[in-house]
Amino acid sequence: MGEIFENYDVLAAFGMTLYLTVFAAIGSLLLGTVLAVMRVSPVGVLRRLGSFYINTVRNTPLTLILLFCILGAFYILKLEFTPASSPTWVRDNGIRWAIVGLAVYHAAFVCEALRSGVNTVPAGQAEAARSIGLTFAQSMREVILPQAFRGAIAPLGSVLIALTKNTTVASIIGVAEASGLMKVIIENQTASVTVFLVFALGFVILTLPVGILFTALSRRLAVKR
Amino acid sequence: MGLKKGTEYTGMDVDVATYIAKELGTDAADITWVQAPSAQRETLISTGQVDMVVATYSITDARKEKISFAGPYFVAGQDLLVRADDSSITGPDSLKGKKLCSVTGSTSAQNVKEDVPGVQLQEFATYSECLPALANKGVDALTTDDTILAGFASQEEYKGKFKVVGQTFSEERYGVGLKKGDTALCEKVNAAITKMVTDGAWQKAIDDNLGPAGYKPGAGNPPTPDACA
Repeated sequence: MGEIFENYDVLAAFGMTLYLTVFAAIGSLLLGTVLAVMRVSPVGVLRRLGSFYINTVRNTPLTLILLFCILGAFYILKLEFTPASSPTWVRDNGIRWAIVGLAVYHAAFVCEALRSGVNTVPAGQAEAARSIGLTFAQSMREVILPQAFRGAIAPLGSVLIALTKNTTVASIIGVAEASGLMKVIIENQTASVTVFLVFALGFVILTLPVGILFTALSRRLAVKR
Repeated sequence: MGLKKGTEYTGMDVDVATYIAKELGTDAADITWVQAPSAQRETLISTGQVDMVVATYSITDARKEKISFAGPYFVAGQDLLVRADDSSITGPDSLKGKKLCSVTGSTSAQNVKEDVPGVQLQEFATYSECLPALANKGVDALTTDDTILAGFASQEEYKGKFKVVGQTFSEERYGVGLKKGDTALCEKVNAAITKMVTDGAWQKAIDDNLGPAGYKPGAGNPPTPDACA
C-alpha cells in the first residue's frame, strides 16, 4: 500500500474529486432550487418546463451527459471556457465541462429533494402567507423555502453522497480524479485488491462524514410540528 | 484487435487465438470467447476463468509478476493518427504545443505525458471518442499502438480523413497471457506461434485484418517467441 502512495499522487487525485464535488454541489444547489420553485409556481408554463427538465435529465445516464458536454458542446460546438491558445486548454475545459455536466445532472435530484421538503410544509402556511398579502416570491422566500430546506436535509445529503461518487464518471472525459488515477495504477501494476481498497477507502472517508453530518443536521434542524 | 460482428468474432487477436487453440487440439467451434477488459485480464487468468488471454496484451515486467506470457506473436509500436491534410506533425519531435488524444490511464497516454513536455492530452474512455474531436480540429492527433490506429484509419465513415504518421516511438510486444508458471503450456503456445509464422498463416492474418488499412508490420516482425520462464 505504501508503494502506491510513494509512486502516485493519490491525494491530488482525491483533491480533484473533492474539487469537482464542491463546485458541482454549489451549481446543482442553485439550479435545483430554481427548478423546485418553478415546479411549485402558480405559472403553468414554468411548472411544465420544470417537469420537462427533471424528466429528461434525470432519465439520461450521466455518462451521456458528460460525453455530450465534452464532445458535443466543447469539441463540436466549440463552446470553450478558456481560449484555445491557453497552454492548459484541454485540462481546464475538461474540468469545467465536467462540473457543468455534474451540476446539470444532480440539479434534477436536488430539485426533487427540495420539492419533497416543500411538501412537508402544511398547505395552511402557504394560504396564510398569501392571505396576509405576500406575493408568491415573498411567501417562497420568507415562509416556504426556509422550512423546505430544513425538511429536505436528509435527502439532500443523499444527493451529495451520490454526487461525490458520481464524479468518478468524469474520468471518461479525461478529468484526472480518483478513478482516473486508479486506471493508471491498474494499467501499470495490474489490478490488485490493495488498489481497490485504497480507492474504496478514500471514498468512504469522503462520504461517511457527510452522511453522519447530514443525519445529525436533519435531526437538529427539522421543523417540529 | 478483436471485434464481435454479429455472433462472429473477428480480428488479428482472434485469428491468432484460433490458430493456437487448433494447435493445442481445440476446434474453432469449441472455443469459448470471454471479453477481457484491461483491468480484469490478470484476474481472469489467475482464477482460471480463462486459459489464455490474446488481446493486444503487452508483455511487461509488472504483469509477469502475476502471470506468464508466451510469445510475443506481434510487435507493435506507439504511433500518431492525424488529419489527412495535416503535415505539421511528422513524429514525436513535432508535437510541441499540439493537442493529443488517448485513453484514460493507458500506457500510450502515460508515455506522452512523460516524454513530450508541453503537449496537451485529452483522455477518453475509448479511442472511438477521440475521432470526432480529431475530425473537428479539437485535438491534433490520436496516439496509441499503430495496429489500433490502422484500424481506425480504414473505418468506413472516416476513410481518407485520417492518416497514420508511421514513426513509432515505443515497442509493444503482444504476448499470450497464461497462468503463472505454466511452462508446459507456454512451450506449446510458442511452438504454435512459430509454426503459424513459418506456414504463412501469420502473414495471412496480418493481411486479412490490417492489410485493408495499408498497414505494414514494423521492425521486429515476425517476432521470435521468448524462452518460457
